[in-house]
Amino acid sequence: MSELKITIDGKETMVAKGATILEAAKAVGVHIPTLCHLDLHDTKMVNQAASCRICVVEVDGRRNLAPACATPVTDGMVVNTRSVKVLNARKVVLELLLSDHPKDCLVCEKSGRCELQDVAVKFGVREIRIGKDGAQSTYPVDESKAIVRDMDKCIMCRRCETMCNKVQTVGALSGINRGFNAVVSTAFEADLLDSVCTHCGQCVAVCPTGALCEKEHAWDVVRHLADPDKVVVVQTAPAVRAALGEEFGMEAGTLVTGKMVAALRALGFNYVFDTDFAADVTIMEEGAELIDRLTRFQTGDTSVRLPILTSCCPAWVNFIESQFPDLLDIPSTARSPQQMFGAIAKNYFAEKYNIPREKMVVVSIMPCLAKKYEASRPEFNNDVDLSISTRELAHLIKRANIDFNNLPEEDFDNPLGESTGASVIFGTTGGVIEAATRTAYEILTGETLEKVDFEALRGFDGVRSATVKVGDMDLNIGIAHGLGNARELLEEIQNGNPRNFHAIEIMACPGGCIGGGGQPYHHGDSEILKKRQAAIYTEDRNKPIRKSHENPFVKELYANYFGKPMSHKAHDLLHTHYEAKDRV
Amino acid sequence: MPKIMSLDELKSLRDNVKNKVDLREKGENVDEMVVIRVAMATCGIASGARDIMNYFADLIREENVNNIVITQSGCMGYCYAEPTVEVTLPGEEPVVYGHVTKEKAKEILDKHIKSGEMVDGIIPVAHKSIDE
Amino acid sequence: MSKYTMHILVCGGTGCISAQSNEIVEQLMFHINEANMSEEVQVLKTGCFGFCEKGPVVKILPDNTFYVQVTPEDAEELVKEHIVKGRKVERLLYVDPTTEEVVSDSKHMDFYKKQMRVALRNCGFIDPDNIEEYIARDGYAALGMALGMTQQEVIDEVKKSGLRGRGGGGFPTGLKWEFAYKNKADQKYVVCNADEGDPGAFMDRSILEGDPHSVVEAMAICGYAIGATKGLVYIRAEYPLAIKRLEKAINDAREYGLLGKDILGSGLEFDIEIKFGAGAFVCGEETALIHSMEGMRGEPTTKPPFPAESGYWEKPTNVNNVETFANIPVIFLKGADWFASIGTEKSKGTKVFALAGKINNVGLIEVPMGITLREVIYDIGGGIKDGKKFKAVQTGGPSGGCLTEKDLDTPIDFDNLLAKGSMMGSGGMIVMDEDNCMPAVAKFYLEFTEEESCGKCTPCRVGTKRLLELLEKITHGKGTMEDVDVLRELSQVIKDTALCGLGQTAPNPILSTLDVFYDEYIAHIKDKKCPAGECSALLQYIINDKCIGCTACARVCPVNCITGTVKQMHVVDQEKCIKCGACMDKCKFKAIIKQ
Repeated sequence: MSELKITIDGKETMVAKGATILEAAKAVGVHIPTLCHLDLHDTKMVNQAASCRICVVEVDGRRNLAPACATPVTDGMVVNTRSVKVLNARKVVLELLLSDHPKDCLVCEKSGRCELQDVAVKFGVREIRIGKDGAQSTYPVDESKAIVRDMDKCIMCRRCETMCNKVQTVGALSGINRGFNAVVSTAFEADLLDSVCTHCGQCVAVCPTGALCEKEHAWDVVRHLADPDKVVVVQTAPAVRAALGEEFGMEAGTLVTGKMVAALRALGFNYVFDTDFAADVTIMEEGAELIDRLTRFQTGDTSVRLPILTSCCPAWVNFIESQFPDLLDIPSTARSPQQMFGAIAKNYFAEKYNIPREKMVVVSIMPCLAKKYEASRPEFNNDVDLSISTRELAHLIKRANIDFNNLPEEDFDNPLGESTGASVIFGTTGGVIEAATRTAYEILTGETLEKVDFEALRGFDGVRSATVKVGDMDLNIGIAHGLGNARELLEEIQNGNPRNFHAIEIMACPGGCIGGGGQPYHHGDSEILKKRQAAIYTEDRNKPIRKSHENPFVKELYANYFGKPMSHKAHDLLHTHYEAKDRV
Repeated sequence: MPKIMSLDELKSLRDNVKNKVDLREKGENVDEMVVIRVAMATCGIASGARDIMNYFADLIREENVNNIVITQSGCMGYCYAEPTVEVTLPGEEPVVYGHVTKEKAKEILDKHIKSGEMVDGIIPVAHKSIDE
Repeated sequence: MSKYTMHILVCGGTGCISAQSNEIVEQLMFHINEANMSEEVQVLKTGCFGFCEKGPVVKILPDNTFYVQVTPEDAEELVKEHIVKGRKVERLLYVDPTTEEVVSDSKHMDFYKKQMRVALRNCGFIDPDNIEEYIARDGYAALGMALGMTQQEVIDEVKKSGLRGRGGGGFPTGLKWEFAYKNKADQKYVVCNADEGDPGAFMDRSILEGDPHSVVEAMAICGYAIGATKGLVYIRAEYPLAIKRLEKAINDAREYGLLGKDILGSGLEFDIEIKFGAGAFVCGEETALIHSMEGMRGEPTTKPPFPAESGYWEKPTNVNNVETFANIPVIFLKGADWFASIGTEKSKGTKVFALAGKINNVGLIEVPMGITLREVIYDIGGGIKDGKKFKAVQTGGPSGGCLTEKDLDTPIDFDNLLAKGSMMGSGGMIVMDEDNCMPAVAKFYLEFTEEESCGKCTPCRVGTKRLLELLEKITHGKGTMEDVDVLRELSQVIKDTALCGLGQTAPNPILSTLDVFYDEYIAHIKDKKCPAGECSALLQYIINDKCIGCTACARVCPVNCITGTVKQMHVVDQEKCIKCGACMDKCKFKAIIKQ
């Protein structure tokens, strides 16, 4: 690798060929402000639109200013990142952005987390001289069940577009119109609900401003909690405990399970349960389905469809329904853990504790925005009433004056709070299939699995595959996270499944649920995702029980209520069906 | 059209189609050209002017003379002497020949145009060119 | 063997066609048939002659007679008089506006005298739909010559000619070819940029309409030089005639073996595909053009990487504009030295300009580099219309600036224009007279760039909007001195920070007028006056004492802002007046004045 010499603000350094001025500057401790730039190289998310022009710098011998984020270093380059010309240009560009940006920061969801606000604060802009009485971009606000688009706040950084098209290959968002009227929108400016949007929320995760936000329900939760007639039950997804701490200044990857439970109890939830419990149930159902298909396959049943695809990710379900309608018979019919939990709570638990269904409110805390959409799907009968994100939970805790960092650790309530290590790893890519393998192995072979860690299934690569020996059978497993990677595997299946996959796990978000659209904003730091993943595996290791079918409360649930996995009752409450969605 | 398979084939095609634009190229520089103008009104045509014009064209091509433009004019007013041909050498006054036959045409080309010798048969009238 | 002794050339450019030149051709053919002369007289539709001011143009050869503003009804007379009787039709000949003399021959017309036609050599001369006419003019011989050279020799020849890109930037063409040649790849592309978008410009359209084969041939030469087998022409769909003629040219070239596999037996493979643009100005920028061809949103990306490295489908791509390509065959036919002998030290050859505005001879001209603005405006252009005073000339379209009286004797070339705060651009040249208000001119161009901005980068998307708003404020008499400061500062920052050429040059019309015509800006702001009388918001219609109180003005006023009793002097309510001028037109007593 050839090295290039560059001088930045008088400091000399050597960088590898291909490095940008921005990267070189970082290496010498010069942090050039950026807005549109976002580089999550681990997940293919590299937005190099070079459109905001905030990062411009002066390069000797160049007529105009160069965008640091997209200008490759050349040997002997001399760069000034803070000349008067540069500072003035940045300020004028910032004024231009602010001149067409709403000034309602006080009530904006992104306030405090807004990258435009950060830059404005840094620059100390006190007056916007440009465009004082000028035109303002105005667009109707588009509220889906999961995402709110307020394009008045769009700064055309195009991160969402890169995410939606290049990483997720969904193609819901792209630049439309020209000049001052240019904006990112859906095809024919349709509402997100009528578009191919999967509600994965990754656009929200990368949007630097309040243009893309989540549909919030935190105040609705408060209203229910305050209602004495309501029994409010809460479930928390596995990835939430690995990220919530970040909202309270903790290091990424800090596990806050116990504090989270304590905070939820303090907020007044009547029962604090765990989605992980339902994840164990998911393994029972999905695992049974896998075993069923595999055994039929091995006995020569040609009608059986393999591979089986996991179905716990609602954005992924939306994706396959609108983009691969010809493959709708291969995903598992098992509902997602959120919906299984809702069904169990409002039927099994309600009956057992004698709570009338209309009095029960099921709230889910999810790292995910697609779960908000999923909860509203009519086939699920409002089993889950409200789904709020990790970020919203943090808001709720702060709102209620709870000193999160100093809370004692508490345990989930029973019977729906007990979970195994297998269910915890649902929160990361590779986790669901590892959990299923642990159970399938023991059931298929009748042996006890000594080493429950399937390292081959772990990692961060977008598409992974591994072959696991289950008795005398070679189980071929595929894993994809990020919908673009999912598309690769699905196209492979359409082309005849040449690698003979038996089971494939798919997660819509890069990293799996730990990188979900409802998680604390990572602002382009992909190390955060890796730390959350490590935390998940730690939680798994620390659990006394690490196989779903060994969860005593799950056993009790089957013994007393469902009978066995895939029973008639289980089908009614724990399974679903898919429909092709024709959208643009 | 068979494909052109070499530069030589292209050149020979060019030579074959050259006359398509020849008249225009010469016309752009008509001041430096010898202009042979055949009167092609009804009277001229009836007396064989078209044959004479074609004959001139053939002659020029055969002898590969490049500085001559052959064109036509209306009736020059010498209907009694058709076919009539006006010859203009660069920078000189036009001369009109009457009763031009093929033999006479050859003579005009060889003597008048090539060596500047006038040939018998000039219509001796104070003549005005059609351009004026 | 053709026996034609007369050729009648009729201009078939888009302008003349809309003035019925197709019908002129039909009528001429009809009457020539009637006169039984169809064997001797050939009627041809050619490309543009350039003298659009006086179109449709009909030229008769070999006697080189140039008829102007011909109508289909004139055809009969042209045939009966000129063709049959040999008498020129005096009334259709060009009359020199200064000497008032009839000029029958285009060679002696001032409009053509100082022109030098290289890129336009075949426009208005050959039938663009006939490949054999192009071959007769040594067409495709340059390709044959190039194929006998090595790739590097071909590139060196172009480099030696000194040819620079005619699309606006003026980048050395040979160097550009060399970059694309040196980048190794399994597939490379040659792209012809025919997305001409400057307001009033039609150089490239005229070349494609009048001589499409020159572009086809040049692209094949370029393909050989850089090692590309595929060419693409990106042309705006609003150019239907150019598209039709280019399509025919490409098909004919294929049929003659001049495109396709094993061209001229050399083993060279090269073919051309046409891609249609939707007419976005920004798609003239080469990266935006490439994205548009790929089916993406037509917006630029930062360079590097340059297209020579990563262009169409991320393969090395050489993009040149139409006029640049049209020069290529001549460079090989007449030699790089010949080409380099024309022009100035750093700008070689000729340049085609679309001459427009307040000038007598509007049209398409080609002049050697180094000619002065004075020669172009006064000699070729015939001076300012209606004897008004010259004020400025805008070159380089919306990216350029204004040049004034003091620049008239500057030799026109890439570097001189840049040094004067303007640019060559693709060759638009708009002449302005004393009635043009310069802040309004700047506003006109900003309206264009603001509309045509792709909206990708902040300085262009928001900046051009803000510039336009400031200019609107000033031309409405509502500007402040602070606005002028902001205008200047913002212009400079946009120039420094915009992503592509469109944004970087968008403030040029402001900066150049602000420099030279600062007083006019001040007049709008401080005196609330438009010195040129163009800004209607600053005009007032005033009734003076010549008014006899006839009430005609009050009755015609659409907003009822004129009051007064019969036989008394009337008054205009300036607050309500919409400056439509109806009252002034109606007044028989010249009692209403505009000031």
